[in-house]
Amino acid sequence: MWDYTDKVKEHFLNPRNVGEIKDADAVGEVGSLACGDALKLFVKLDDGKERIVDAKFQTFGCGSAIASSSALTEMIKGKTLDEALQITNKEIADFLGGLPEEKMHCSVMGQEALEVAIAKYRGHAVPAHGHDHEHEAMEGEIVCKCFGLTDQFLRKVIAGNRLHTAEQVTHFTKAGGACGGCIPKIKALIAEVLGEKTKEETKKPEKLTNLRKMQLIQDVLEKEIRPQLWADGGDLELIDIDGGKVQIAFRKACAGCVSSGYTAKFVEQKLRELVADDITVEEVEG
Amino acid sequence: MKELYVDNNATTKVDEAVFEEMRPYFCELYGNPSSMHFFGGQVQKKVDEARNRVAALLGASPDEIIFTACGTESDNTAIRSALEVFPEKRHIITTRVEHPAVLTMCRNLAKRGYRVTELNVDSAGRLDMDELRKAIDDDTAIVSIMYANNETGVIFPIEEAGAIVKEKGALFHTDAVQAVGKIPLDMANSAIDMLSLSGHKLHAPKGTGALYLRKGVPFRPFMVGGHQEKNRRAGTENTASIIALGKACELAARHMEKENTAVKGMRDRLEKELMRLIPNARINGGGAERLPNTVSIAFEFVEGEAILLLLSEKGICASSGSACTSGSLEPSHVLRAMGVPFTCAHGSIRFSLSRFNTAGEIDLIIREVPPIIRRLREMSPFGREFLRA
Repeated sequence: MWDYTDKVKEHFLNPRNVGEIKDADAVGEVGSLACGDALKLFVKLDDGKERIVDAKFQTFGCGSAIASSSALTEMIKGKTLDEALQITNKEIADFLGGLPEEKMHCSVMGQEALEVAIAKYRGHAVPAHGHDHEHEAMEGEIVCKCFGLTDQFLRKVIAGNRLHTAEQVTHFTKAGGACGGCIPKIKALIAEVLGEKTKEETKKPEKLTNLRKMQLIQDVLEKEIRPQLWADGGDLELIDIDGGKVQIAFRKACAGCVSSGYTAKFVEQKLRELVADDITVEEVEG
Repeated sequence: MKELYVDNNATTKVDEAVFEEMRPYFCELYGNPSSMHFFGGQVQKKVDEARNRVAALLGASPDEIIFTACGTESDNTAIRSALEVFPEKRHIITTRVEHPAVLTMCRNLAKRGYRVTELNVDSAGRLDMDELRKAIDDDTAIVSIMYANNETGVIFPIEEAGAIVKEKGALFHTDAVQAVGKIPLDMANSAIDMLSLSGHKLHAPKGTGALYLRKGVPFRPFMVGGHQEKNRRAGTENTASIIALGKACELAARHMEKENTAVKGMRDRLEKELMRLIPNARINGGGAERLPNTVSIAFEFVEGEAILLLLSEKGICASSGSACTSGSLEPSHVLRAMGVPFTCAHGSIRFSLSRFNTAGEIDLIIREVPPIIRRLREMSPFGREFLRA
């Protein structure tokens, strides 16, 4: 049995705002019968067409899909369209006191429906998620054929939730959850997205104090290198830093892996590129 | 809240009489049956009695019964054994709708170079014997086909399959975990070489099972390191649970008729009434011969987990073939293999009864299910379109 919070249960058993708004200003529909869940969201704006005065939903799906839809409608009422667009899937999950990771895709579905509704109302291109209903208007390249999900959509969810394994991406978006054929592509996307993020955050500085250098090394290991190892079931632990000498120990699949020598070289290269040229990496038992 | 338990294909209540039978073998009669002293000997006698009782239920002889820890162990043992007995044979035949205890094992073997054929089923969940005839060849080491399906209750023509397998000289195994205790079996007049059963599906405790191994069928043990079970399954016997399994088999034999009259009667009424009261529902495997206690119903435009959670609010414990309850994203492999339409593949619910259910409980389920389906359909965008139309 899923470990649902009391709030999820409560919103499932007594969902708020079920139904439809006949003269809705915006309607967003995502998902399908074949996918196993779907959400149709209705939004009504005030006279100035600024603020959301009412929201209703219809959902086909499991307990957490219904609870997430209920939460979403409660959260957006009273907000302006721009404010509503700021809501992330994580905030929907937090509103419910959290969702099991395998069910995070339910919160993503809520956020998607909202985006689609607002984009359609504003006459913008419908954002690229995939999903049967919006197939024609979709942008980006399809990555997961089973659920029709695009690279643009996956990138956004990976970056927004800092996902670092293909399994997490499946839990959050369903991508890769059926035939599994796109899992290598998902792994590549993760490496790409997390790599870009770290590059933005860690520009190689000119001159470093020892303390700053140690912090940077830790940062790059955490944000850049370990996520890439996780994607292949591996991991490493930082053992010590002495000036430019960095000692690491491999864990999980990396421990005892025949290519761990190459992996150590890769770590050294990355640290030189992003922190300082004089860094050497040494693998130790630990 | 008092539970209304109709999930007996998942696990069953331990019969009070079974529990009483096993109770002394923890704190009082805790001896090791292998010991030379009288104290172990007492337990040995009870284990032998249990073996007789299991054998009697199967129409087998006692030395054809090997006690194991569960149905999964029995399944794994049977398949591994056949591959070791015929090291030159590299082909395995099974079905797409097996329990993971068989299917995962076979798929792992496929990754290690074995050729694995998974037989298809039709929309009613039935096997095609011609497909088996075509698939089997001299390279086939073992054919493993379940006796009855856990999700739909569909019974396979095991003896017909067994005859085909025997002709080709392969070994024939059946996972009969769901069938044992529910329908009569007679190993003395059967083509089955190996058969798996599980204690907790027939009112014995969890953690005990057995493998029937026909006399004369070559065998290699899975567990080694002890002489127990005539060198066929090493490890000190789980004496209390084995004794419980024996008692449970004795009771199952005694209740077999009830299972096929009273329990079947309740199941038939439940499915007839639900089909009458709820539009756009279908019985998975409805066109096939099925176990007397199982019904799997697919409801269009609703999702299974939501149904189960609302049933659970009313105390009703059932199960689903839906993706969302298991964390996987696709409907169950059984329903997919049967080609259940996508409009209802996500909304299947299984009710599996036992001799402990009552007519009053069935009335309650018949009363509670229709409003739940209606409520979820009203909430679902597809269900609303359907209700309006």
